[in-house]
Amino acid sequence: MGVRKAKHGGILTVVFSLISIIWVCPIFVVLLNSFKKKSFISMQPFKIPTGKAYVGLENYINGIEKIDFFSAFLNSLFITVCSVFVIVLCTSMCGWYLTRVKNKFTSAIYYLCVFSMIVPFQMVMFTLSKIADMLRLDNPVGIILVYLGFGAGLAVFMFCGFVKSIPLEIEEAAMIDGCTPIQTYFQIVLPILKPTCITVAILQAMWIWNDYLLPYLVLDLKKYKTIPIAIQYLKGGYGAIDMGAMMAMLILAIIPIVIFYLCCQKYIIEGVIAGAVKG
Amino acid sequence: MKKKLVSVLLCASMISTVLVGCGSGETSTTDNAAATEDTAAEETTDDAATETATAGDGAVYYLNFKPEQDEQWQTLAKTYTEETGTPVTVITAASGTYEQTLKSEIAKTEAPTLFQVNGPVGLANWKDYCYDLKDSELYTYVKSDDFVLKEGDAVDGIAYCIETYGIIYNKTLLTDYCALDGAVISDASEINNFETLKAVADDIQARKDELGVAGAFASAGMDSSSDWRFKTHLANLPIYYEYKDKGIGSTDAIEGTYLDNYKQIWDLYITDSTCAPALLSSKTGEDAAAEFATGMAVFYQNGTWAYGDITSDGLTDDDLGMLPIYIGAEGEENQGLCTGSENYWCVNKNASEADIQATLDFLAWVVTSDTGRNSLANDMGFVTPFTTFDDGYKASNPLINAADEYIAAGKTAVSWNFSSIPSETWKDNVGNALLEYAQGTGEWSAVETAFVDGWKTEYEAANQ
Amino acid sequence: MEKSIKKYFPIFALPTLIAFTIGFIIPFALGVYLSFCKFTTINDAKFVGIVNYQKIFTDPTFIHALWYTTLFTIVSVITINVLAFTIAMLLTKGIRGTNIFRTVFFMPNLIGGIVLGYIWQLILNGILLYFERTLTFSATYGFWGLIILMNWQQIGYMMIIYIAGIQNIPTDLIEAAKIDGATNGQILRKVTIPMVMPSITICSFLTLTNSFKLFDQNLALTAGAPSNNSQMLALNIFDTFYGRTGWEGVGQAKAVVFFIMVALIAVIQLGVTRKKEVQQ
Repeated sequence: MGVRKAKHGGILTVVFSLISIIWVCPIFVVLLNSFKKKSFISMQPFKIPTGKAYVGLENYINGIEKIDFFSAFLNSLFITVCSVFVIVLCTSMCGWYLTRVKNKFTSAIYYLCVFSMIVPFQMVMFTLSKIADMLRLDNPVGIILVYLGFGAGLAVFMFCGFVKSIPLEIEEAAMIDGCTPIQTYFQIVLPILKPTCITVAILQAMWIWNDYLLPYLVLDLKKYKTIPIAIQYLKGGYGAIDMGAMMAMLILAIIPIVIFYLCCQKYIIEGVIAGAVKG
Repeated sequence: MKKKLVSVLLCASMISTVLVGCGSGETSTTDNAAATEDTAAEETTDDAATETATAGDGAVYYLNFKPEQDEQWQTLAKTYTEETGTPVTVITAASGTYEQTLKSEIAKTEAPTLFQVNGPVGLANWKDYCYDLKDSELYTYVKSDDFVLKEGDAVDGIAYCIETYGIIYNKTLLTDYCALDGAVISDASEINNFETLKAVADDIQARKDELGVAGAFASAGMDSSSDWRFKTHLANLPIYYEYKDKGIGSTDAIEGTYLDNYKQIWDLYITDSTCAPALLSSKTGEDAAAEFATGMAVFYQNGTWAYGDITSDGLTDDDLGMLPIYIGAEGEENQGLCTGSENYWCVNKNASEADIQATLDFLAWVVTSDTGRNSLANDMGFVTPFTTFDDGYKASNPLINAADEYIAAGKTAVSWNFSSIPSETWKDNVGNALLEYAQGTGEWSAVETAFVDGWKTEYEAANQ
Repeated sequence: MEKSIKKYFPIFALPTLIAFTIGFIIPFALGVYLSFCKFTTINDAKFVGIVNYQKIFTDPTFIHALWYTTLFTIVSVITINVLAFTIAMLLTKGIRGTNIFRTVFFMPNLIGGIVLGYIWQLILNGILLYFERTLTFSATYGFWGLIILMNWQQIGYMMIIYIAGIQNIPTDLIEAAKIDGATNGQILRKVTIPMVMPSITICSFLTLTNSFKLFDQNLALTAGAPSNNSQMLALNIFDTFYGRTGWEGVGQAKAVVFFIMVALIAVIQLGVTRKKEVQQ
């Protein structure tokens, strides 16, 4: 890949700068409105809050109290981190096993996984939530198993694809040296799989963090809410839509994502590219 | 041994890789997660402790229908738990999603032990879940069987609040208007039929700048937080008059004899309004309440439950009055406000015995204890059908008083016939047609179709 | 070696398989079964045959949602891919600030559907206010609102994939074309597009399935208003299932039909574009 010459570099930079500003505008409008008194928001959404309309942090305090934002945040964080970890660990092992042990059973499982990737959630929403309830998976720990189950398809598929490209000789050599399969896996295979692990982790994390319907139907809403559920609940769950609190909570929901994104942008973008090539 | 150690280390390093992969720069990630786990674990032990302490007491889970009173219920639940140790959870369904939430919640293992139905039609869907309240303590306090839902001998539901709605008006603004030159009326009491109401509203609308208001009526918002005011409460009037003419209380096919009246009141609401009809689809209940509360509108169709919302911005009791909803029917000078109930408590019979008992105890406590009665009557502002409230726990606010005054003046209260509406879908379809007509994207005939034909099809579907 | 690994089945594959069975296989099979039943919960299911499927096609909201979703999918696939490809082309010219632009364009993708829906509800209703309209005035506003929202969310993601594809084109190929006197348009048509065909395959596949299965954004932006006219298939299924007593079976049957459609689209789309790749 060579560096291409920029003919209209200057003009393009200006044009793109403008587009970029427009691109992030919506977020700033929400930020602006989060400091505005609620009755002014829907009437004049683009005005800068001044005087009577400015309420400082009131919306934030209100919203945090109303939806118990921090517990929703911790729930979301806990579910996402643990599910992603479990998914990466279990499905990479499973993917390796399915690729290395070749028989009718393993290939049947493999095709089931591929098949599950195109099944829309609505297809299983009721039965899955019912089964999760019967097995008492309606808590942040139980839902990890649900995510592992429903997310396994894509992850197993990607790991299988990558394992196929690893030459068998390395593993055989390790086995001859006396390694058990577990040792071989953790010492030899897993380090080679690291880039795929990151890809799978990123894709799954983006899905789980933002997921609304699955936790809404599976979790015991009396005790646990995730951020998307808490935000949706702001609409009408407390009598009326409190636009002020809504704006403030939208901002609080975005901030962690932006920080996370800016910190590991490189991994995310690489993960997306790798995921796309394999998928 | 050494190899094991190595694999453990590798395992650990992999964990950290994954964590770095999805949480670099946030070392607290794991701490937080661990902390959640800890609290979760602690909570379970706490629960276990309370359970053993109050062995067999069960727990209460109330799926509340009225979002306006969510906060009060939460407080009440907390107080009860502090006093007795019985855990009480109150969840409020978002406006317009009660049936939906109830359906997904009741299928769970930890289903609501206490839920609500809106009347006979709602009961039809949920009667298989209703515990017979005939022998409950609560039932002994009910003043009359008018306030219960019966299925044969069994008492399936008990109403807990009687409410009244009409056209709430801003007394101060209306008096200001009467003082204007050439005002159509000289006193609010002169409004006793549709003609006068329309004349006044039209005149206020024409002179809104003079009065300093944005419109005669607060916006007739059709967002789900507000559309029930029209697709259900307003629709009650044409249903009421038709039933009254025929001397019936429910029907399998409505004729829509008063649909023209429904149209003229709806026209009035959307024409003499604070906002353009094209904006109605996203106007919320809060928007309308805020318009009325800030004195931008003179009239506002709603009921006794709205008292809290409209007095939050400076309006005092002296500013408030309520008029009957006149739609231009014969003899409406004697029509009163619309009074009834669409809130019936039902106890889930599929809950465990301990939970049912706990729920019954909780209900009895709510209507007998000082805290409970105070909360229901004064904080929530409910008029209740229970004998226990007779000694001093009488809700009082200008809206409730208005209802009493009309009855004292010998006017006939309009009953709540919308509990005989065949389904939620009927309401939705009528509401949608009303909105489309208001916006100019649909015809009035669509409302007629949804109202008359929809009733028939929905009734058949519900009673297959 | 295979034999020794095989013994470790319980450790390597079992956990995933158990979860997969609970989280996918059983619910799926049960879902197919329930679509032939009348039920309110799993325990009281009564087999009724294909009645539920017959009801689907007499339900005007489903037909409407189907057309609406199809139209939405077509428009969003085209707009997202064209715009993403254009931006990717321009951002691979090595202009200043490329990295910053890339970062900015990609960011909305990480924001969840519910949050996105409410952000755009505010912005679009605010703009429409000047014209005395709202998003829920008619299905058309909701439609374009969703298109704008989806573009904002997805362009960055697709752009990243296109950039990777474009950067993989060997520079000498383009140089050679230039020496042969090809115009920019010719290079684009004859060299660039064929070379990034794999990216086009994957991007159109992703946008296609994302748009067709859209739920959160639809729920938060308009929730189907007015008159369920801006309701897409996924939301229609959800509303039928949870919003209407006695219609659970129909909702489940709709879900099965929905699944078959998604599967068909996926297979056909992959088949068509993969074929093109082979030809090149």
